[in-house]
Amino acid sequence: MSVEQALFYSFGGLTLLSALGVLINVRNTVNAALCLVVTMVSLAGLFILLHAEFIGILQVLVYAGAIVVLFVFVIMLLNLRSTSLGAEHQPVMKLLGAGLLAMAAVKLATLLGADRRSPADVAPEFGTVADVAAVLYTDYLLAVEAAGVLLLAGIVAAVVLAKRELD
Amino acid sequence: MGTFEYQVVAGLLFLIGAAGVLIRRNLIVVFMSIEMMLNAANLSLVAFSRQWGNLDGQVLVFMVIVVAAVEVAVGLAILISLIRNRDSVNVEDATLLKW
Repeated sequence: MSVEQALFYSFGGLTLLSALGVLINVRNTVNAALCLVVTMVSLAGLFILLHAEFIGILQVLVYAGAIVVLFVFVIMLLNLRSTSLGAEHQPVMKLLGAGLLAMAAVKLATLLGADRRSPADVAPEFGTVADVAAVLYTDYLLAVEAAGVLLLAGIVAAVVLAKRELD
Repeated sequence: MGTFEYQVVAGLLFLIGAAGVLIRRNLIVVFMSIEMMLNAANLSLVAFSRQWGNLDGQVLVFMVIVVAAVEVAVGLAILISLIRNRDSVNVEDATLLKW
């Protein structure tokens, strides 16, 4: 087993196990948030294995560093530690879940039948900050500007929604 | 490792996230599961970007991360105001707009 395979299986297994941890952690929401951090960081490992260093670093900075911290802040701010909500038993949900599983099975069957080409050869600098930025600030400049506007709108909306009373 | 194995991991992660949205009643955990599904899509995009040696997939992942960050900020603000008004994180208590 090569190093890449060993890393793939450990990061992939960790991702799925900690994702399951979020799902089955019924009693304590903070523990679920910490499981989510593990998921995000091991996904960053998978991204770096896929030659996407910039996305991997962004994943750690934005998801593990900002989004999950925001979750933990909100959980602690609202003091929700004692709320224990079990699994839900609704026929509609069971039906939706069964449909989803069937779709996944069909998709997996088609994926297994597809021919597997080996990935394209890429330059060593593929996916680095400089490489992605060169594309972002030329071909996708308008999208980057729109993302900036969206972030600003999001900040304003969050403040307006979370404020107790608007002056 | 080929693209296939990464797609399997992404699919399983998406399924776990979808199961979380369907079976959990805690709004915060439902939110985390939505994040997981977005991440599964990101993993799939990055794997295909590597497969074809094309950076467009990674640019799309960048946009998904931006939208996810905004979504979490606004969503948690909605959650806070919901908890102020309903004093509960149970999704079944938010039924004001239910027909």
